[in-house]
Amino acid sequence: MTFLPKPKFHHPALQVNALGFTHRDYEGAISTLCAGCGHDSISAAIIHACYELSLPPHRIAKLSGIGCSSKTPTYMLGQSHGFNSVHGRMPSVLTGANLANRDLLYLGVSGDGDTASIGLGQFAHAMRRGVDMVYIVENNGVYGLTKGQFSATSDKGSKSKKGVDNLDSPIDLAAMAVQLGATFVARSFSGDKAQLTPLVKAAFEHRGAAFIDVISPCVAFNNHEGSTKSFDYVREHNIALNRLDFISGRPPIEVDYEEGTSETVALHDGSTIRLRKLAADHDWRDRAAALAVLEKHRADGEVVTGLIYLNDDAIDLHARLRTAKKPLNSLGEAELCPGSKALEAINAGLR
Amino acid sequence: MPIQSVNDFVIRFANVNGSGSASANLLFARSILRMGVPIAPRNIFPSNIQGLPTWYEVRVTGDGHLGARGGADMMVAMNPQTFEKDIASIEPGGYLFYDSSRPIPATKLRADVTTLAMPLTDICAKEYREPRQRQLFKNIVYVGALAALLDIEVDVVEKLIGEQFKGKDKLIAPNLRALRLGYEDAKRRFECPLGIRIRRSDAVGGRIFVEGNFAAALGAVYGGATVCAWYPITPSTSLAEAFERNCARLRTDRQTGEKRYAIVQAEDEIAAIGVVVGAGWNGARAFTATSGPGISLMQEFLGLAYFAEIPTVVFDVQRGGPSTGMPTRTQQSDILVCAFASHGDTKHVLLLPEDPGEAFDFGALAFDLADRLQTPVFVMLDLDIGMNSHLCAPFRWDDSRKFDRGKVMTFEDLEAGRDFGRYLDVDGDGVPYRTIPGAHPTRGAFFTRGTSRDRYAKYTEEGGPYVDNMERLLKKYDTARKLVPHAEFHRAAKATRIGVIYYGSTSGAMDEAVELLAAEGVHVDALRLRAVPFGAEVGEFIAAHEQVFVVEQNRDAQMRTLLIADLGVDPAQLAPILHFDGSPITARFIRREIAARSRGFAAPLARETVS
Repeated sequence: MTFLPKPKFHHPALQVNALGFTHRDYEGAISTLCAGCGHDSISAAIIHACYELSLPPHRIAKLSGIGCSSKTPTYMLGQSHGFNSVHGRMPSVLTGANLANRDLLYLGVSGDGDTASIGLGQFAHAMRRGVDMVYIVENNGVYGLTKGQFSATSDKGSKSKKGVDNLDSPIDLAAMAVQLGATFVARSFSGDKAQLTPLVKAAFEHRGAAFIDVISPCVAFNNHEGSTKSFDYVREHNIALNRLDFISGRPPIEVDYEEGTSETVALHDGSTIRLRKLAADHDWRDRAAALAVLEKHRADGEVVTGLIYLNDDAIDLHARLRTAKKPLNSLGEAELCPGSKALEAINAGLR
Repeated sequence: MPIQSVNDFVIRFANVNGSGSASANLLFARSILRMGVPIAPRNIFPSNIQGLPTWYEVRVTGDGHLGARGGADMMVAMNPQTFEKDIASIEPGGYLFYDSSRPIPATKLRADVTTLAMPLTDICAKEYREPRQRQLFKNIVYVGALAALLDIEVDVVEKLIGEQFKGKDKLIAPNLRALRLGYEDAKRRFECPLGIRIRRSDAVGGRIFVEGNFAAALGAVYGGATVCAWYPITPSTSLAEAFERNCARLRTDRQTGEKRYAIVQAEDEIAAIGVVVGAGWNGARAFTATSGPGISLMQEFLGLAYFAEIPTVVFDVQRGGPSTGMPTRTQQSDILVCAFASHGDTKHVLLLPEDPGEAFDFGALAFDLADRLQTPVFVMLDLDIGMNSHLCAPFRWDDSRKFDRGKVMTFEDLEAGRDFGRYLDVDGDGVPYRTIPGAHPTRGAFFTRGTSRDRYAKYTEEGGPYVDNMERLLKKYDTARKLVPHAEFHRAAKATRIGVIYYGSTSGAMDEAVELLAAEGVHVDALRLRAVPFGAEVGEFIAAHEQVFVVEQNRDAQMRTLLIADLGVDPAQLAPILHFDGSPITARFIRREIAARSRGFAAPLARETVS
């Protein structure tokens, strides 16, 4: 048996969120990934973010492609509909789902093989169309399920577990997302839940294409000396641009920060984020600066994390298409079928 | 002897692509239609924007034979590139109309063809200053000349010009002048009318004149499609574009400008079908329109839609394959690739419309079937139906008709505690219930996947549940057999041992071929397939005839293969008749093939008497 349900047992004293759901209500089946896999930490961050935001689980749709990362929607949000589609094609399936019902929240989970290789085209076009979604890439630089081949995000010179050097240039998905028109772009590290969870929350509140590239070391095939996607390497080379506190209409969470280095931003939906600038003086409103900071640190072998770019005036695909406010999947005959009278007029024009 | 024929001839226009001839030729065709005489026009065009040869033929058919006839009784030779070949293709006793501004040596003309020379370029050079006007009005001048030569009522043409340029009124007067110019010049120059001519009739009736792609797209509007994702490809592009035009008019809120539809021009056909699958999963009626190469690209997703049981509608406007093949020519060569789309064991539902009228009906029906069966449904058009205007019965819609959304478990069902297993066969028809994402806060959520799973959608790699699921899908295919449109039986006037099976755009030519054969004493029962899988009537038809021809527009007898596979009939019983040069099949071709190959079956009783 490869499906492992978690017991539904609830302790009566368990804490609940504004909707009365426990943290457990946002969990899924037991993970079948390797013990210590970075992906499980990302799932935990997503679960925590949804719990804290009090998102109704059934109003979230979780979609993925194929690969280790794409298995993870099974391990979270058990009360949400999920769709494990085909390799590299999550963006198109999610786009269609989003067009059918604009009222749900869409979470797309993908990996570096799924997004940067076979699915690069679909990733690009979902970003440029401004599909309202949270697109998370669980990026480990390696093909796990097929046992250790390099992926397209592997850094040049990074060593495989067998000691082979990667000779090809890496694809920087965050830089591509900025360039392609994503309106929320962040990078994080599966080992830094404190940074990742608020980023996921802010991405859920963003109306438009929100992209998070999460470096997520593969404990089985890409966590060795010489790899640039190992826990040790990422910890040592992590350049956090900022730290984000997500507030969302509730009293601010008290955090320590140095005077003069923070900024509070009100988002259009009424929620608030507070950003603390850290390592670099980065203007996250500036697309060119976003690309420049990624390039600068890439050259030094460093991994930039935090909120890289945000355009809060984003117009999503539905706004561009001017689709009806009522979800298309809920329209009936009266709204969709023009009827026999209109058809008579069409017939008359064809004679 | 020049051909003498009223309301029954073929006229062919040889033009240069991009010279503005298409609208003039359509004007000519519609004028005949307005005189109550049926026509069957066809475009023969290259994969090109400007410069290559293109032809337009109008079959004038008082008897209403709407298939292609083949040959040309009159050639309007406007393209010097193809002049010699065009002249050679005229039937003996036919007519040649050409631009004689540049002299053509008599050796290039034919003695058995009546030559009608008019210096069109000179006439237009004298009349118009701008080069583009000279070019465009030359087309209208020849329409005027043809009106005189063929006895077309010139005020009918004038009225059509008025309708065509309504809203662009400045263009009406110069077009009318060009028409008159040609009309008067021809009256002076030639003895009008010719032996072939038009006589007012009332044989058109209430029929409409429309392209299949337009009709199919309108069917999708009426069938409640809200999401369309597509990638431009000839000959299906005009289907998606017609959906957009119709929706803009019929599904846009007049006050707010809000649209009750969404159209995405995807980055490729894979993304197009992905969007459709995502939208179908989420409860919207969604479709894509494509052609052979797109079908090839969509294979993996079609397998997912079959296995994960997601309502999906695909309009395949078939063209000549394989590979890029003949992108602007017609064929029925995607039958097998659609019937078995994707790796692994799959079987799909195909609808086979014969003309635009049925393309409308099936275009709407496809969405009911896809929802009812939770599977991909293919509407198999072809370039001939899709991109040519055909005369057909007017579109009809019953306002009491409701969309059949199939087995969807609602909030109320879930709230009431009904057992929900996504792949559980509750009713014994192989079709399970589904829930739409977001239906209920705590019940009905499931995980959709292309991997094997049990009846409750839980991932499993065990053999038992996998086989159970695959066998249920077969049962569902048998359910489809009962739900799809049944084959249409056309019984011969006399009892016969010969049967013929055909489908799609072969229909017009087949009706005529059956008449021609009957006139020669060869009686043929005909069965028009309207869908795959086949109903019981198809097997019964084959069993009831000694020799059964299967007429198709592909090389490999694809439908015959499908009949053999699906019904288990003896291959020897099914004789293929195949037309696949990219031109529409003709009655002449079918008649010749059946007549040559049915000796011994044709008149069995008479032969017994002799011996």
